[in-house]
Amino acid sequence: MTSPVVHLPEAQLRPLLASYDAAVRSRRLHSLLTMACIAGAIVLSSISAEVDLPKLFGNIGNFTSYFGRLFHLDSGALVWTDPVEWYWGLFRWLRLLGETLLMAYVGTALGAIGAFFLCFLAAANVAPRPWLRIVVPRFCEACRTVPQLVFALMFVIAFGLGPLAGVLAMAIHCLGALGKLFAEVVENIDMKPVEGVSATGAHWTAAMRYGALPQTLSNLVSYTLLRFEINVREAAVMGFVGAGGIGMDLIEAIRKFYYSDVSAILVLIVITVGIIDTLTGMVRHRLIGLQERH
Amino acid sequence: MARMTVDTRAIRDRHPHHFGAPGRDQRLLIAAGIGAFILLIGAMAQLGFLGSKFVEGVGKLGEIAGLMLPPNPGDWAHVRLYLTSLVETIAIAFLGTLGASVIALPLALLAARNVIAARLLRFMTRRSLDVIRSIDILIWALIWINVVGLGPFAGVLAIMTSDTGNFGKLFSEAIEAVDREPREGIVASGGGAILGIRFGILPEVFPVLASQVLYFFESNTRSATIIGIVGAGGIGLHLAEAIRTLELKQASFIILLILVAVAAIDIVSNQLRFALIGRRNRLA
Repeated sequence: MTSPVVHLPEAQLRPLLASYDAAVRSRRLHSLLTMACIAGAIVLSSISAEVDLPKLFGNIGNFTSYFGRLFHLDSGALVWTDPVEWYWGLFRWLRLLGETLLMAYVGTALGAIGAFFLCFLAAANVAPRPWLRIVVPRFCEACRTVPQLVFALMFVIAFGLGPLAGVLAMAIHCLGALGKLFAEVVENIDMKPVEGVSATGAHWTAAMRYGALPQTLSNLVSYTLLRFEINVREAAVMGFVGAGGIGMDLIEAIRKFYYSDVSAILVLIVITVGIIDTLTGMVRHRLIGLQERH
Repeated sequence: MARMTVDTRAIRDRHPHHFGAPGRDQRLLIAAGIGAFILLIGAMAQLGFLGSKFVEGVGKLGEIAGLMLPPNPGDWAHVRLYLTSLVETIAIAFLGTLGASVIALPLALLAARNVIAARLLRFMTRRSLDVIRSIDILIWALIWINVVGLGPFAGVLAIMTSDTGNFGKLFSEAIEAVDREPREGIVASGGGAILGIRFGILPEVFPVLASQVLYFFESNTRSATIIGIVGAGGIGLHLAEAIRTLELKQASFIILLILVAVAAIDIVSNQLRFALIGRRNRLA
């Protein structure tokens, strides 16, 4: 034999191979059991969720033809052959889109301002009273677990149809979500500046302002911008429950089968979301750069 | 008591940039802050915050909160109905999340820089994922209702579609972050591209992907509670109905049910996630 690979003697090799086989077998068994559990869960939930694959495959043509219909005008022509007809309601939609953006802005801003004041009370390392860091995080949790649209449904009853209900619902949800993230940022700061400021006899608020805030500000702004991106998308569907924004026109168009209107509004939303994502992404990268320079 | 005197002049001399007029960056930030604040006030005025409608609404909100307490489902038939649809909600979230992860994995491979060299294909995949993500789950639900009719199946498909976009992006980022060497080793020993992916990439990304999927399962349970509002199955239908017909005690009972269910799933998925990541780390 001229093989360069060194082979162990048969007697030494056998127990090693046996233990390898045993290890592989136990892992295979483990994977099989996991697979069986997942398969069982799939079957049970398919029954509960009324999954009907034949219907899906039978009607999948509807899905593709739906998109086909979306891009045809009433006259049967493709939408881009007559942009004036496609975007007949451009000014109304742009106004609603502007309202949607304003809703997202105000909702995010109010939520972020609230979360900003709460996060220093909730963070385990700087909370002024022990009971606050139990109560405040629970409050944030309640705010973010109830879905936004449920708040919106209730606010529509109180404030009437319109953007006010949507903005408040978004602000509450945003307060909960950002409160948690902000508190985590504050928990990760370097405590030495805070201790230094406190050692000079400064009040807690001063210690937060000059010790904690400078370390956290860029992260807080970055999270707020991320939340703004999410809220723009959410604001677009607030109208589904009558809480303002472009969603009202969109759901009407979908329900009444105004196909070309649906595609026109969807294209506007996709473009707007894309622009907002790019802009906030740029600002966030600048912020990270600023932070690294300091 | 003698007061310590502080030589402020010396401190000023030593740290000139902390005193005096703010620098350009700082002035820019202050201007941006003031601009944002003015915009906020203007937008609030535009959206009706500063009118009597707001004050009246807050009063009414207190009334509604009073009507919601105590949570009360009415009778046992309602409890059974709500529990059935809660199970349906969780089933929707489970199937949607699982289906999305199965569809998203190959797409994520197509969108990952270290797997696909063809820039055009990668660009197209990424842009389509972006478009899918920028359309909200409720819109997808409405579209799928047109295909398979009202009911939970439309909800499953909606979650599947919208999360395919999310997973595609997250998975491709995870795949781009893997170590290059295992795959090179496999290719060098004669394995093809498929084997390279199967044994060189998947074992490394699997725990990351699984923990992302578990995380999304929890957030999808929340989403699944609202798609019922547009008729795509789950408990949201009953919740929206209860709120709209002002059966507020029932509504608060349903909200309580949702909170309990989401908390339970949160705990279970966290346990699973730690079990999974822990197990993998020990093997490695």
